Amino acid sequence: MLIQARRLTHRIAERTILDLPGFEMPRGEHTVLLGPSGCGKTTLINILTGLVTPTSGEVFIDGRPMTGARPAARDALRRECIGLVFQTLRLVSALTVRQNLSLAQHLAGGRSDEAEIDRLIAQVGLSHRAHARPRELSQGESQRAAIARALCARPALLVADEPTSALDDANAGAMIDLLLASAESGGSTLLIATHDRRIRERFARTVELEPVALAA
Amino acid sequence: MTLSGLTLAYLRDRALNTALNVLILTLAAATLTILVLFSAQLGERFDRDARGVDLVVGAKGSPLQLILSSVYHADVPTGNIPLSTLEALRSDPTVAKAIPVALGDNFRGFRIVGTEAAYVEHYGGRLAQGRLWAGEGETVLGAEVARRTGAALGQKFLGSHGLGDGGGGEHDAHPFRVVGVLRPTGTVLDRLILTSVESVWDVHGIDHDGHEGRGDGAHADADHDHDVHDHAPANASRQVQELRPEVTAILVSYRSALAAVRLPAFVNRQTGLQAAVPAVETARLLSLVGVGLDAVRAFALLLLLTGGLSIFVALYTALRQREADMAMLRVMGAKPAGIFGQVLSEGLLLAAAGSILGLALGHGVVAVAAASFERLGEIGLTAWRFEPAEALIVAAALTAGAAAALIPALRVFRVDIARTLSQAA
Repeated sequence: MLIQARRLTHRIAERTILDLPGFEMPRGEHTVLLGPSGCGKTTLINILTGLVTPTSGEVFIDGRPMTGARPAARDALRRECIGLVFQTLRLVSALTVRQNLSLAQHLAGGRSDEAEIDRLIAQVGLSHRAHARPRELSQGESQRAAIARALCARPALLVADEPTSALDDANAGAMIDLLLASAESGGSTLLIATHDRRIRERFARTVELEPVALAA
Repeated sequence: MTLSGLTLAYLRDRALNTALNVLILTLAAATLTILVLFSAQLGERFDRDARGVDLVVGAKGSPLQLILSSVYHADVPTGNIPLSTLEALRSDPTVAKAIPVALGDNFRGFRIVGTEAAYVEHYGGRLAQGRLWAGEGETVLGAEVARRTGAALGQKFLGSHGLGDGGGGEHDAHPFRVVGVLRPTGTVLDRLILTSVESVWDVHGIDHDGHEGRGDGAHADADHDHDVHDHAPANASRQVQELRPEVTAILVSYRSALAAVRLPAFVNRQTGLQAAVPAVETARLLSLVGVGLDAVRAFALLLLLTGGLSIFVALYTALRQREADMAMLRVMGAKPAGIFGQVLSEGLLLAAAGSILGLALGHGVVAVAAASFERLGEIGLTAWRFEPAEALIVAAALTAGAAAALIPALRVFRVDIARTLSQAA
């Protein structure tokens, strides 16, 4: 299993945000995490990627503990295994698309691989925008650049949080195609959290999250 | 792309802000550099020119004026003193050396000094060409004089009345002749034209064989609106009176410490004479100048503080706007310490750029000033040397930059990545 999570709960100010008995993903699987806003999808993503420490429960990524680990170990695990794509927070503002990918390679500890950067930029269809800064990109271009950046470190796990929420049908479909193709070509396990039911049929496995209050 | 590259990218991304911050620091560092160069070189020049001169004996008046005129050759003399004073001082067992200085004329603004070979020896002067003066009207040029006037061995010139360029008329009847040129010494010697005391007397028609004489026509008719001529025997009101050989001042070196106690008091008791101690007067002058320098220094430090504050505001604001970037960098795997170092390096880089440009600007201003203002050139101000204190300017600027960046940089450790991500979303 690439992801193993057990008895996860997360509370903020006595309010339970997440209560999940277990969650597992085998290596190479593509899964969509569905649920309405506020059901805890982002919280689960944050816990799985080590950005948030759960109130209780444990998470293992590729057999290595994410919960309970020291911050530096969590950072290292995220750096080495996980590529993250967010809804709006995508690229470092002062850098071009190409420089963002180059920095991602550097931070992942890899050597600068210009050919790989070119390939990834071409893969997301941004070769003509490689030297543009984030503020010069459209929403869709920015999201595609973020996917390329997330793939730079060849992550075992590619996680995307609401990647299509701001896109129209055509662009949402293209984005999912891109994520699937990218995960496939890189051999990554893909986990997408979304409330967008338009993409449900594209994934073999769907995990539905219900709001905790409703579920209780 | 590395985190260092990211630092440059951030600075480029807000180019105007970066340029303004660098400009403030540059101005502060340049002002401090000019102050350091000016005060260090002025102090050194004072020390060099007065080295070995324990006492200056001259006509009564301002002791500071006496020192400035006779040691630094930067002011008009207080008057002349009888030649017998020189003999009296030389016969004093506590006096090791008494060197006469006779002033009154100039050539293209360079003072013609009547003195003895001991004066050249005192400042460690060595001949680059020719020989020392021996006969009437023979002169030896300081290195700076030779360079600036282009005068060479054998060349004749006429001295002009007064001690500044463009002063009185010329002594047509008594041309000087160059017989030697000195090597540069880095002292006042470089800016002087040296000759015998007798030659100065000859120019002014003072009969020194019998120690009596009359002023020559040229001298008597000249416009003696200044300088030693106001005090010289050839003063218009006395032009028909007999002229006695006099000197402007005597530079004295003590043989024993006892002289320091006894000699100044003894000289000051003599009618018409005063003794001035260069060390005391120089310290007084520097303390007077120092007030002004302190004010400029305070202004420059205020500028430096403003520069630091400006960097702080710029980085603090930038970091607030860049919290999303910081969160993204953390998500990408950057260590907090790495991001902290990146932010700190922005402050340090601004400070380094400001201080280095400031040093360059400071030296440039000094170079232009020394070339443009003769007076500064005369005190030997040069832009082509570095003072150890300049390292302190760089250190102060870097400290200001680091301190300014520190608080914004510490925000890195407080960034809640998940919250920033959710807020950004």
